[in-house]
Amino acid sequence: MTTTTPERKLPKLQIDLRQYGILAALAVIVLLFQVLTDGRLLLPGNINNLIQQNAYVLILAVGMVIVIIAGHIDLSVGSVVAMVGAVSAISMTQWGLPWWAAVVLALVLGAAVGAWQGFWVAFVGIPAFIVTLAGMLLFRGLTLVFLTGGTINALPAEFNAIGGGWLPEAFGTIGEGRGDRDILTIILGILAAALLIGQQLRSRAKQRRLELPVEGSISFWAKNVIAAGAIIALTFQLSAYRGTPIILIILAVLILLFTFVLNQTVFGRHVYAIGGNLFAAQMSGVKTSWINFFVFVNMGVLAGLAGVVTTARAGGAVASAGQSFELDAIAAVFIGGAAVTGGVGTVIGAVIGALIMGVLNMGLSILSVDAAWQQAIKGLVLLLAVAFDVMSKRRAGRR
Amino acid sequence: MTAILSMNRITKDFSGGVRALDGVSLEVERGQVHAICGENGAGKSTLMKVLSGVYPAGSYDGSITFEDHETAYRSINDSEHDGIVIIHQELALSPYLSIAENIFLGNEIATRGVVDWAKTNREATLLLARVGLDEQPSTRVLELGVGKQQLVEIAKALSKQVKLLILDEPTAALNDEDSAHLLDLIRSLRGQGITCIIISHKLKEIRNIADKVTIIRDGKTIETFAMAETDEIEARIIRAMVGRDLDSMFPPHTPEIGDELFRVENWTVHHPVDTTRKVVDNASFSVRAGEIVGFAGLMGAGRTELAMSIFGRSYGSHISGTAYKNGAEISVKTVSEAIGHGIAYATEDRKHFGLNLIGSIAVNISAAALAKISRFGIVDRFTENKVAEGYRGQMNIKTPNVSVLSGNLSGGNQQKVVLSKWMFSGPDILILDEPTRGIDVGAKYEIYGIINALASQGKAVVVISSELPELLGLSDRIYAISEGTITGEVNRADATQERLMHLMTAGKD
Repeated sequence: MTTTTPERKLPKLQIDLRQYGILAALAVIVLLFQVLTDGRLLLPGNINNLIQQNAYVLILAVGMVIVIIAGHIDLSVGSVVAMVGAVSAISMTQWGLPWWAAVVLALVLGAAVGAWQGFWVAFVGIPAFIVTLAGMLLFRGLTLVFLTGGTINALPAEFNAIGGGWLPEAFGTIGEGRGDRDILTIILGILAAALLIGQQLRSRAKQRRLELPVEGSISFWAKNVIAAGAIIALTFQLSAYRGTPIILIILAVLILLFTFVLNQTVFGRHVYAIGGNLFAAQMSGVKTSWINFFVFVNMGVLAGLAGVVTTARAGGAVASAGQSFELDAIAAVFIGGAAVTGGVGTVIGAVIGALIMGVLNMGLSILSVDAAWQQAIKGLVLLLAVAFDVMSKRRAGRR
Repeated sequence: MTAILSMNRITKDFSGGVRALDGVSLEVERGQVHAICGENGAGKSTLMKVLSGVYPAGSYDGSITFEDHETAYRSINDSEHDGIVIIHQELALSPYLSIAENIFLGNEIATRGVVDWAKTNREATLLLARVGLDEQPSTRVLELGVGKQQLVEIAKALSKQVKLLILDEPTAALNDEDSAHLLDLIRSLRGQGITCIIISHKLKEIRNIADKVTIIRDGKTIETFAMAETDEIEARIIRAMVGRDLDSMFPPHTPEIGDELFRVENWTVHHPVDTTRKVVDNASFSVRAGEIVGFAGLMGAGRTELAMSIFGRSYGSHISGTAYKNGAEISVKTVSEAIGHGIAYATEDRKHFGLNLIGSIAVNISAAALAKISRFGIVDRFTENKVAEGYRGQMNIKTPNVSVLSGNLSGGNQQKVVLSKWMFSGPDILILDEPTRGIDVGAKYEIYGIINALASQGKAVVVISSELPELLGLSDRIYAISEGTITGEVNRADATQERLMHLMTAGKD
């Protein structure tokens, strides 16, 4: 038989190393800046800002990772963010729509943009690079038309809270003066940690019931205790600032939802199948055109949401909003271990990639590093991350 | 007569202990057309790669003498410099460049790096006239059909002052008219003193054009003879091509054949690009429950094209004909329709059409039948793993678990994953295209056992194979296909390799 011993265990190990490698990189960068900034990086206010400032990248990266797994790219998301932001601002200030209707309108508009681009990619067969490059110009142009060069401010407070607001202090605070902490935030953190461990235990029990191999208890508990501890520590810090950012709740829901979609649904399977081997997917009965179409519709909706968040945080719409957002999202996805050729990538990886970029930004800003240098450093980090990925794959291939 | 080329006792080993050529000798006389025949995998292409320097001197044993001096080519450039030009089955022209640019690609007529277009076009026009191609030199190659592209290749060879022209299955992709033109051209080149080696499966063609023929089997030269020596040319070639013993390597199987399960009538398929060419011509066949039906045909005969066009029109254009399951007509216009009617097609090209190599074994096994393990669009990954683990045991897929990436498996294990995938789709009709290609002997035996077991469950099994012993050992009934036409149907009891090879090479006159 040609079966050899190396074939047995390595692949599993490699995947884990790649996932944890990125996580380890994030931990190292956080620690590095924590030391360099004399502990200022992880102050409650900075953690809060890290989340609110980078929410748009996280939202876009979640959509972008799906696009990239399917073997495409989307260059238009920055322009879509600007256009959706402009239209939602106009709808509230000029058409008198309530804030929630403006949000719905923004998501529908995003979906329509996605359907437009998806149509050209999936059914006409134009490469996504071209379609979305055209979209980048088209939607930026439309934004300028809608805003006629000006800006729109004075948006409803409820709308602005989506990007820059916090959950109310429903259960009051503990502690006094500057050291007071929001109880709701602490409760939410403990709840999230408990849910995580509960869910992990449930799936472990099911694996046992079906007599599938289960992870060893030491590594299982070590992993989950660290993850739960990190969640509680994060929320504990946040509680000392102004509580739970509303956007954090939205992000948590999105990350969980799309992790589930990619891992557990037929749609997610088909996305990986198309990116992994388009022909094999077709020959297995996958309706590849429709999958590609919906991948872009989904990206459009998320770009619409990012438009709402960006506009809400800025408190107004400007034509220059969303500039180079597409590059931030694409960089996050590739730092997070996705393959340029498609078929590989995870939501969690993209999220970690976005956080690495966010922490770099914040750390360098606290250290008052010049913006020009910040950009140069980010470019190098992207290159090194992908180079690491390519080289580790090549080493795996040689074996 | 003098020999222009003599290859002496060429032996070529590949890593992994595969001996592709085992002491092959070949002598080609100046100014003749010399045919080389052999089954797929016999070593013909390897021999030509040794000759042209694709496998550089030193990577094989034996010696080659061309025009009275011993050669030591390190690359194709070296052999082309001596006037040996090989034209491969897959043409190597750049579609967006013009005919003239293609002819002189890598060999541009230029002074100090600046191309002399007037001279280029003048020379190209002369060459096109020589090969009988009535096109402007400025025409882009993508506007030409395959037949004309072949002529451009030959014009390119002529521009390099070719002395020995090697054509690898030159008519395999051509229609009758283009084939006839090409054979005429080869005759006229012979008249101009150019020696030709032609590799072909088409025995009539060889009879019509070649002066001599050499037959290679299992990496060895079997014989060389001149056409003038014998009247029974085709019979002699066939005997030499197949003359080996049936390996006793098939697990025992007692067929229990039921009613007709699947039938295809008047199936015609045209080439996807060259729509004037019929790749499958009016084919009709049937399979019964519990029956293993073989399809014998040489590469390019239209076997895979027939199967893929039935499986949701995955190949070809202008497809016509009807498919019946249990006597009722069914529509198989898309892959999901075909799967819905219980048809499964396990491809000959595992890496291209069969597997997601960067996906795990479990993901590949469930890919064609996700609906079975999902509810409301949500995949139950635990059941999926359970199912995949089941197949891993049942099919003896040799890996520690089913989360191993399928790209890391050996060929035999990959094939078992492909078979598992289609078994899990719960088919009634399985079409297995070259199910044992590139697989070692032990895994072959296991796969034969699986095929027998599927038939015993009452499924209709179609096996397409280039290996006649495999078809004879497995099938209850065998169809032979040649140049897109089903040329015969033989029951197991009456089937011999010679008879099948006759049918497989029975082209149109």
